[in-house]
Amino acid sequence: MYPESDLLPVSALQHLIYCPRQCALIHIEQVWDDNVHTALGNILHERVDRPGMERRRGVRTEFGVPLRSLALGLAGRADAVEFAADGPCPVEYKQGRPKRHGADHIQLCAQAMCLEEMTGRAVPLGVLFYATTRKRQTVELDEHLRRQVRETAMALHALVATGITPRPEPGPKCKGCSLADRCRPGTFAQGGRSAARYLAQARRAVRDEDARPGARDNVPDGIPDSVPKGTRDGARDIDMPPAPRPPHPPRQEDD
Amino acid sequence: MRRLLNTLYVTTQGAYLAKDGEAVAVRVEQETRLRVPLHGLGGVVCFGLVSASPPLLAACAEQDIGVSFLSEHGRFLASVRGPVSGNVLLRREQYRRADQPEARALLCGCFVQGKIINARTVLRRFLRDHGDSADAPAIASAASSMADMLDRVARATTEEQIRGIEGEAASLYFGVFDGLILTRTRDFTFTTRSRRPPLDPVNCLLSFVYTLLAHDVRSALETVGLDPQVGFLHRDRPGRPSLALDVMEEFRHWLADRLVLSLVNRGQLNPKDFKRSGSGGVVLADDARKDVLVAWQKRKQEEVLHPFLDERMPIGLLAHTQAMLLARHLRGELDAYPPFLWK
Repeated sequence: MYPESDLLPVSALQHLIYCPRQCALIHIEQVWDDNVHTALGNILHERVDRPGMERRRGVRTEFGVPLRSLALGLAGRADAVEFAADGPCPVEYKQGRPKRHGADHIQLCAQAMCLEEMTGRAVPLGVLFYATTRKRQTVELDEHLRRQVRETAMALHALVATGITPRPEPGPKCKGCSLADRCRPGTFAQGGRSAARYLAQARRAVRDEDARPGARDNVPDGIPDSVPKGTRDGARDIDMPPAPRPPHPPRQEDD
Repeated sequence: MRRLLNTLYVTTQGAYLAKDGEAVAVRVEQETRLRVPLHGLGGVVCFGLVSASPPLLAACAEQDIGVSFLSEHGRFLASVRGPVSGNVLLRREQYRRADQPEARALLCGCFVQGKIINARTVLRRFLRDHGDSADAPAIASAASSMADMLDRVARATTEEQIRGIEGEAASLYFGVFDGLILTRTRDFTFTTRSRRPPLDPVNCLLSFVYTLLAHDVRSALETVGLDPQVGFLHRDRPGRPSLALDVMEEFRHWLADRLVLSLVNRGQLNPKDFKRSGSGGVVLADDARKDVLVAWQKRKQEEVLHPFLDERMPIGLLAHTQAMLLARHLRGELDAYPPFLWK
């Protein structure tokens, strides 16, 4: 059981499945940029995020329902929950059309498991509603899916606890990612660009331009080939107290 | 791709900034003179007697729009930001590195190499365009000494050595700086750097443009979650934005100084644009300050090729890009800090 203070957003499961680095950028580094996909998602969710309810044909539907599970260590909001006579059923509104990766199903199932924990009632089914196809898809929340939710939630807690953003693993998914500009998969992937080499090349260019033949070959770089060892030790505890914010300076020197 | 956002500079004394829907309204004596949408705004810089409403400040904080208040003459007074952004783990790492001699020396070396390479390029660019100038031999010799210094920085192992070489390079550069001023009249001359207060028009301009640069770099560092006060090359001192000063080093000469030189050399400013106080300190007149701000804004829209990322971007985005690269170095994803090298 996780304490309330350690709950992570349900939506982080999707981010983790999409890309661990994206998940870390959002949930460890706390950055967010919108792109066309996320902006469309925001517009779609404007309606359903407003808490409220309506009743149609005996089914009461609540919108923007707060959820949490201490067992999974997750908290969030369901777009909608339909409370029919036979039990609650979460409804998740999705931009676009059904996707091949199972992230939407896992998010929906996580919401259902939260609902079960909070209401004490079984939630065997959930609904995904896709904006592009305008179709309701009923999802059976079986044990296989539930195991995936539990495993993903544990992996999420493990990632956030390290406080370390994994390196990018460039792939086709980077094209649709709103954080590509922050992530810079090409520059920061394992074996990506080296700043030490970049500076060494610049020095060599200066030497060539200066063209005093034979004067200075084999000048050592002075810059080690890797980040100093051990510098990331201790960056592992997510629950550190915030560093005190220094007061703003009375004035600023120009140089 | 991150967009280059505009900075709103308010220099009209007595102006009041209010939130008007999703825009900033600039009011002077109850009359709305200007409305600027918040969307598309990256910062607001207020000079002198300019005030702002709390709802506007809140909206700016929420949308990551830095608001700075400067004195009438450009001295930084205060800034209003939202809740501390970024994350505490990065700042912890910044503090840890700042306490490690090896990590400090590595970063000092990167900042100073960037500064020296760009300073040398400024001098060589001058020689290319004005090789017949009477000062050309002195400038050429300074440029070639800088090439030596660069290798010495690369070999240096302590921050003290690097600071020493940086000091030599700075005095060499400012030693020939007067030669870069082409106006035939001797209204604009440069003998030595003076800043508190600037004692001549050229120093006054340099100080003013450095303040604008510092505002941009500081905001960029805060946006990526770094603490602008904890530096590597510049030692901690209460009130000093040391990290902002560190990252400014690679920008000063090719961006700020060249802007000052082009304003002076093209005759866009004249001696009447400067006021001398009884103590000898020199300040910019109001209209001239506007000219400098317009020139600065225009320069920031020019595109350059970032040689490390191999990507074209407006100059105005470079501060953010460099802050991002520094953060990624501190996070262990880059083996050093790659300064922007002007070509």
